[in-house]
Amino acid sequence: MSEFFNNLWQNFLETDSGFEFYRAFIRDDRYQLFFSGMWVTIRLSAMALLFGTLIGLFITFLSLCKSNKHTVLPIKILIKTGNIFAGIYLDIIRGTPLIVQVMLWYFVIIGPLPINLQPLLVAGIAFGVNSGAYLSEIFRAGILSVDKGQAEAGRSLGMTRFTTMWRIVLPQAIKNVLPTIANEYIVLIKETAIAFVIGVPDIIRAAQVVNSRIFNPMMPFLGATVMYYIIIKFLSIIFKILEKRLRRVDTR
Amino acid sequence: MTYTDSAIIQVSGLHKYFGKLHVLKGIDETVMQGEKVAVIGPSGSGKSTFLRCLNLLEIPTDGTIFIDGLEITRPQAKVDAIRRKMGMVFQHFNLFPHLSVMKNITLSPYLTRDRRESTAQLSRKHFKEEINERALALLDKVGLTDKADSYPAQLSGGQKQRVAIARALAMEPKIMLFDEPTSALDPEMVREVLQVMRDLAGEGMTMVLVTHEMDFARDVANRVLFMDEGHIVERGAPEQIFTNPIQERTRSFLSKVL
Ligand SMILES: Nc1ncnc2c1ncn2[C@@H]1O[C@H](COP(=O)(O)OP(=O)(O)OP(=O)(O)O)[C@@H](O)[C@H]1O
Ligand SMILES: [Mg+2]
Repeated sequence: MSEFFNNLWQNFLETDSGFEFYRAFIRDDRYQLFFSGMWVTIRLSAMALLFGTLIGLFITFLSLCKSNKHTVLPIKILIKTGNIFAGIYLDIIRGTPLIVQVMLWYFVIIGPLPINLQPLLVAGIAFGVNSGAYLSEIFRAGILSVDKGQAEAGRSLGMTRFTTMWRIVLPQAIKNVLPTIANEYIVLIKETAIAFVIGVPDIIRAAQVVNSRIFNPMMPFLGATVMYYIIIKFLSIIFKILEKRLRRVDTR
Repeated sequence: MTYTDSAIIQVSGLHKYFGKLHVLKGIDETVMQGEKVAVIGPSGSGKSTFLRCLNLLEIPTDGTIFIDGLEITRPQAKVDAIRRKMGMVFQHFNLFPHLSVMKNITLSPYLTRDRRESTAQLSRKHFKEEINERALALLDKVGLTDKADSYPAQLSGGQKQRVAIARALAMEPKIMLFDEPTSALDPEMVREVLQVMRDLAGEGMTMVLVTHEMDFARDVANRVLFMDEGHIVERGAPEQIFTNPIQERTRSFLSKVL
């Protein structure tokens, strides 16, 4: 049996595409380059998702804070500053190209600092800050989609503003916008493909390196395509399962 | 009379504006411990707003409110602690759809445990058990023991409202506020909810109830307030208000709804 497959494999390698495949992935153990690129892309995505989600929640919080007539002046100023900061942040992020933001972080903001951050970490910050803006818009829409009576019920039971948000409103908000969040996460993963501009050794970088050795982009970029597809498929399956779970409570 | 003569709610000079809209135009009212007060009046007269001011879901524009001797309208008032003394039941139930019936009832008592001194010495586990036991007792009281593990979407309207009442009672409030608790219910479910409220009234709970159920108000309330256009136009014993109202506006309202 194994001999049968072995023959099939040898025959494949003797065809034209087989040879290209061999050059792109097998010779000099180049598959290792791809796998380490994939691992970098996964780490970068995970970092960006984490930062983006945290920043998004924080910005949502800033933009939804409101004062009332009992709020004392210093707090009022703080809240107003938070609102304005959130507004400016959203404006800048949405108004500039991502690739420019990434380079800005690497060359202009972090570059001159007397610290030595890996490009991977810088990219993680850049993508996180970027997607934080889009995620905060999604979270905000989700929160506004939850019936006001939910928060009122929570508050009327004596829960604090924070607890009500965290235990009552947010779970329902997230559930309402879960497909949109999944979508944003997927966009984010795909966008990490431009991290190569600051030298992050990700999937794209691996494909480029191999291409520059063998002067044939077909196999390297097909390989990159498959790798991105696998990562994203994995994420969407997780989200499908999550959605199904959350939806269980509203079946009669 | 089931109530003592100590005031538990004292409202004076209460005004509420929504922007330029003047909704409450100077409300003065005192509710005694154990009293059952029914608030009636035409739509838009400010009944809900009045009720919601009592637990600061709406912040009064002007005036003072004392609950159980504490002025809740002071800027420094501890809003969350004050609200724990008052349960509120809403027209649309507002159960938490992502939590089971049991969790709906136990969540707040559990989360606010540290702020309640009576239980300070209990361990976490012991405390959780105690809350669960009490929740089951409350479910028994509203006749829904078998629904402990259901989710709100699996309940009928009447069942939802009974869970909502149990949830409010789990905080061991001194006052219960009801805002048209049966208005969103089909007729055949109204009775089961009113029965629960009647039981509660019999136990001496202080209740303020906005309602269109005139029979229930007549039956259970000690006092009826008639509101119109942001004023309490008339107040008195149910027999008097329903059979012999003094004000013309009360009379014309009642002639439409009775
Ligand atoms: N959050 C709000 N913002 C602006 N206006 C409001 C708000 N809440 C209530 N109002 C207005 O205040 C007035 C009184 O409303 P309220 O809900 O207190 O009346 P109600 O007596 O409870 O009426 P109903 O019997 O229909 O429930 C209405 O004109 C309403 O439109
Ligand atoms: Mg109302």
